[in-house]
Amino acid sequence: MSLSAPCAGWDIRSLPKAKALPVISGYSLKARLAAALAIVFAIGGVAVAVAALAYGRNAAQLSYDRLLIGAANQIAQSVELRKGAVVVDLPVSAFELLSLAPEDRVVYAVFDPQNRLITGYDTVAPPASPARFYNGVFTGEPIRLAQVARNFAERGFSGPVTVVVGQTTRARADLAAQITRNALIAAGLAGIAMIGLSVFAVWSALRPLARIERDLAQRSPQDLTPVDVAIPTEIGSLVAALNRFMGRLDRQIGVMRNLIADASHQLRTPIAALRAQAELAFDEPDPDRLRRIVGRIHARSLTLSRLTDQLLNHALIIHRADSEPLQPVDLRTVAIRAIDETDRSLFATDIRPGLDLPENPVWCAGDALSLAEACKNLLGNALRHGTAPVTLVVTQTGSEARLAVHDAGPGLRADQWADAGTRFARDSGVSADSAGLGLAIVHAVAVAHHGGLSFGHTDAPAGFEAAIVLPLTEAPKP
Amino acid sequence: MTAPAGPRRTLWSVLLCALIGGPPALAADPVPEAAKRFGVPEAPRALLVRGTTDIALFQNVLTTFVTRHADLQITYEQWASNDLYTVSAAECAAGGAAADMVISSAVDQQVRLVNDGCARPHRSQLTDWLPDAANWRNELFGITREPAVMVYNRDLVPASEAPRSRFDLIDLLRPADSRYAGRVATYDIEASGLGYLFAFMDSQQATTFGSLIEAFDRAGAVATCCSAEIIDGVVSGRYLVAYNVLGSYALARATEAPNLAVVAPEDYTLVLARAALIPRGARNPQAAGEFLDFLLSDAGRAAMIEARLIVDLADADTSALHFSAPTGAVLRQIPLSPVLLVGLDRQKRGLFLDLWRNTFANR
Repeated sequence: MSLSAPCAGWDIRSLPKAKALPVISGYSLKARLAAALAIVFAIGGVAVAVAALAYGRNAAQLSYDRLLIGAANQIAQSVELRKGAVVVDLPVSAFELLSLAPEDRVVYAVFDPQNRLITGYDTVAPPASPARFYNGVFTGEPIRLAQVARNFAERGFSGPVTVVVGQTTRARADLAAQITRNALIAAGLAGIAMIGLSVFAVWSALRPLARIERDLAQRSPQDLTPVDVAIPTEIGSLVAALNRFMGRLDRQIGVMRNLIADASHQLRTPIAALRAQAELAFDEPDPDRLRRIVGRIHARSLTLSRLTDQLLNHALIIHRADSEPLQPVDLRTVAIRAIDETDRSLFATDIRPGLDLPENPVWCAGDALSLAEACKNLLGNALRHGTAPVTLVVTQTGSEARLAVHDAGPGLRADQWADAGTRFARDSGVSADSAGLGLAIVHAVAVAHHGGLSFGHTDAPAGFEAAIVLPLTEAPKP
Repeated sequence: MTAPAGPRRTLWSVLLCALIGGPPALAADPVPEAAKRFGVPEAPRALLVRGTTDIALFQNVLTTFVTRHADLQITYEQWASNDLYTVSAAECAAGGAAADMVISSAVDQQVRLVNDGCARPHRSQLTDWLPDAANWRNELFGITREPAVMVYNRDLVPASEAPRSRFDLIDLLRPADSRYAGRVATYDIEASGLGYLFAFMDSQQATTFGSLIEAFDRAGAVATCCSAEIIDGVVSGRYLVAYNVLGSYALARATEAPNLAVVAPEDYTLVLARAALIPRGARNPQAAGEFLDFLLSDAGRAAMIEARLIVDLADADTSALHFSAPTGAVLRQIPLSPVLLVGLDRQKRGLFLDLWRNTFANR
């Protein structure tokens, strides 16, 4: 690509380079999802394990505590007073109940109201607190104890008889382990199922990306049409941005293509004429004729330079309109700028264009430079082809703002209005000093500003009006 | 179980003794009744086994073991059950060295030792095969299978009167002029741990227990110590019938005394598994485990079947055993479980002995 772009913003040389560059990645979406899911599952797994352990312990504790209390109650029921003495007729059924924990050792003790041992293990201390259940140690093994008090209110004997029953914790530990194990197995299976579902969900969620990738990969290099594959709404904005980007690229490539086409189309003839004149001058011996030829060469080069300016302007303006962020612009300042920058000396007439501005600012979202350039084009057209007086009018109607150039002449014919914004639309074709791009620039700028180009005949004052119609926007906050 | 100068006394004398001094005080310094060493003296590893089984009954088993384990010598001490419990509990409480194995027929006392944390666990394939009733915590193992039986003198008790169940026995004793009066013997339940265990299990099994001791009382039954002594009395004709005798001793004796008839009661038969444990303070627990595994192995079981320590009640070959159509339903295995602690409870034991005594006192 030998063509040097006039603007760094769309340097075409960057395109093939971008393809060669690695994708700016550094991470994989799948890896991230996998990591996130792994963390979720790890935390969940730990939480489930802790919960299962607590649940298992609790359930086992509860079950075997009931055994203890049941046995203690049975023993308490067997306590009798015989001739004023407390007698414990230890029930076998209480111990059968306890032996439901078949591997566990048993301790028991019955205390009178003065905490003296009536019967049972003398190694068991009377309970220190009224807690129903408490833990202890019995010959090197942890035990769980339960106490039940039975109150006597008899003649000669009153007060509580306390029954303490304890058991080692082997069966509890076994049951807790069993419950925990079962809970963990169930949770593990559920976890595996969830991991499977997650993998499927991730796979199916990422599938549209693969579709888009395939769609892009299968395109021809020239194909910059929007991506048109079924996509979920979540990445809709991504694809929309991609499409917008591609549209912009498309337009810019279009601009470039137009520029090349325009340049070859517009510049070839004048350059050829210039060369012919120069050859003539080369062979011309007569100084007077040579001077005339040089004068023509000069005029030709002026035209050529103006043409070149216009072409590049066109490209630049369209590019700006597409790439500059739109900011609130007061159309009145745009109009003043356009008037100031209009090089009236370029035109034969010495008409000074009039300016008709409202008192209040007229805010539009736009790029001041592009709008001023478009405005200058309209002014130029009116100055060149219209009839004085030429007036630049800024008006505001409803939700629209108009940047209109009015002249007293007949203006364009109505059948030309529809395609006036396209390139080289003028019937007369390309003139010697105009590339015929003026209205095309205006149109492009108006469209880039979400507006349009409108033409109309006016009655008072009678004449023709060409206007850029733009949507109004709110005033910027100071 | 030959008691050292075991005093023979009637239930009355037991009661008297109890009234004066509570349960007969155990000797302050209990000693074994007998001891014998098996195996070569130069064997590097020594094992001290204490048991209530008579040496005569057990020596075959021990000999078989030491011939298979030449590096082991076993000192076997024969103890009375209460003394054995006392010395084992004392050793456990002291926390020092103890015997390498304790085998007792008073399984409730063995359960108590395990419950008090005096045993160390031993686990092998053989112990895993034991049924739950014969293995508690992998610390207490039932190694034998011995029924509690009745014996009678075939010469003196006519076949028509031969008791086949507890009901038959009660019926025999019921008449006021029964010729069985004063000639029925059973364990002295205060002197013999095994006798107490059998009596206590009886009291748990059936309501016949009340009528039975009442009948014993009316007939002036004799409570004495030790299976061997009771069986001798039946063989000699001093007693006509004896109740709750350990089947292993009775059957062993019946082979040489043809007039001794052995009856497994039809209503139910208690089955005892002598319980072995390895004390926590065992000096040589490894060898003790090997010995235990031998006792549970086919070879050990064969030796014990020969010694009639394992009696297959369904085996009709034991012709001396009068036992009609035994089924599992009438066999009541005494399970190794903490339930047996109930009978050892101080007050429970007191109440039970009171019941035993009061029945007689009410005559």
